[in-house]
Amino acid sequence: MASIIEIKGLTKRYASGFEALKGVDLTIEEGEIFALLGPNGAGKTTMISIVCGIARATGGSVTVAGHDIVRDYRGARTAIGLVPQELSTDQFERVIDTVNFSRGLFGKPRNDAYVEKVLRDLSLWDKRHSKILELSGGMKRRVMIAKALSHEPRVLFLDEPTAGVDVELRRDMWKLIGELRQTGVTIILTTHYIEEAEEMADRVGVINKGELMLVEDKTALMKKLGKKTLTVVLAEPIDVVPADLAEWGVTLGGEGHELDYIFDTQAERTGVSSLLRKLGDLGIGYKDLNTRQSSLEDIFVSLVHQEKAA
Amino acid sequence: MSLQNLRAIASIYAFELHRFRRTLLTGLLVPVITTSLYFVVFGGAIGSRMTEVDGIPYAAFIVPGLIMMAMFTESIFNASFGIYMPKFTGTIYELLSAPVSATETVIAYVGAAATKSLIVGSIIFLTAHMFVDVPVAHPFAMVGFMLLIAVSFCLFGFILGVWAQSFEQLQVIPLLLIMPMTFLGGAFYSVHMLAEPWRTITLFNPIVYLISGFRWTFFGKGDVAIGLSLLFVVGMLVVCISVIGWMFRTGYRLKK
Repeated sequence: MASIIEIKGLTKRYASGFEALKGVDLTIEEGEIFALLGPNGAGKTTMISIVCGIARATGGSVTVAGHDIVRDYRGARTAIGLVPQELSTDQFERVIDTVNFSRGLFGKPRNDAYVEKVLRDLSLWDKRHSKILELSGGMKRRVMIAKALSHEPRVLFLDEPTAGVDVELRRDMWKLIGELRQTGVTIILTTHYIEEAEEMADRVGVINKGELMLVEDKTALMKKLGKKTLTVVLAEPIDVVPADLAEWGVTLGGEGHELDYIFDTQAERTGVSSLLRKLGDLGIGYKDLNTRQSSLEDIFVSLVHQEKAA
Repeated sequence: MSLQNLRAIASIYAFELHRFRRTLLTGLLVPVITTSLYFVVFGGAIGSRMTEVDGIPYAAFIVPGLIMMAMFTESIFNASFGIYMPKFTGTIYELLSAPVSATETVIAYVGAAATKSLIVGSIIFLTAHMFVDVPVAHPFAMVGFMLLIAVSFCLFGFILGVWAQSFEQLQVIPLLLIMPMTFLGGAFYSVHMLAEPWRTITLFNPIVYLISGFRWTFFGKGDVAIGLSLLFVVGMLVVCISVIGWMFRTGYRLKK
């Protein structure tokens, strides 16, 4: 895959002296969904703002589709669609007018068929003559996505697309993003919901305090840092963990009905079979076993902790 | 100068005019009513006692001042509001992230505001004709002057809109500075009518030169030489363009 965005040594220091970005290097491949994950204030929005032309970088360079964002801002910005975090719309405008406006702003000739397709894909076609202020929050977010897609961008930035959105709408948004990727557009989304990155992304970047801590394929990341939890469902409940099981570090759960054992899938000896043998020796019967992959959340928490320890 | 994205200019211009259309009735009715009121009060009640100023009937004398006053207010208000609103609502993100140059942005916003200002100026001119005979000595100069005034005050309004961080700040300059300067700038009287030292003090007010110049296009004479008036208009234009250029270079209050 060819790269579509190249970020090199990007720094941002605000007038207050606050360093929002401390030398970020990142390459985004065309056609992928990239999730930028990090806590609030990590520098996610600052990074997007610089790439899109809303904020100025203090140092470093960015190219989008081969165009430098400063020297050739027209080329770079034409390739980008941006959906910011805040719901900012022209409340009194009608949906279709505001989308046509965005297209014109980006220098594209009017194309009713294309705009209709975008609005239909976003389930906004029936609302096209409504004033934006009449729409619900979720619909407004869709209008902003329609505006961002109106000029046929190659890259779509979604800054916290599901912040403050209820579970059902979040599912809708994920489905929508999945459909958008089918059109070939590269998607970069920021989120502090790990679930979201896990659900959507091909690759994940973790950013904290202005530094990109890692960039990995999501599956490789899960594999690399992923631990699994084995849950043994006991035939009879027990009150305490037998001392003989101390070396596995198992914990008791499910009101004495379950034993949880965390193991590293990449390790030479996972300890699973020896644990089960030991259970047999102790005469502890079990009726079910299941294993669960640790979530990105666990991975993220451990990363941030490593950082603190270092 | 960077003019490539003409569609963006057209889009913003149309968007702004559309915004004006939403308030068309008040936008156009207000200047007509205000002008009529001025004629009733100044032209009728006061004018009957002070028949002529510099050999011109008083009712006709105040027409250029009235048009200028309305155009100053309209230009500043529309242009400042046009760029302040996106800042206020947050929709400015789209403008900043679009492939649009500073020059294109200014042409679109200032062009739209100046258009409305010229429409209002023309309505007042026509309304005045219902009350009084107004001769126009230099019609082309008159139109040119209106154009220059509209553009330079819209540029000024644009600066104000970028600078303002609250609705109060948006109002404070037009109401506390421009309005008094206009009243004291000879909108309704000739500077020659003032006694010293007020006459000399008045000459430090730049608005005097603007109104005087516009009055010259009507009656062929003003309080100051027409060349001097032109110098002030062009001067204002240059200053505003320089300030806007600086704002965009530094990202002043637009970019973080």
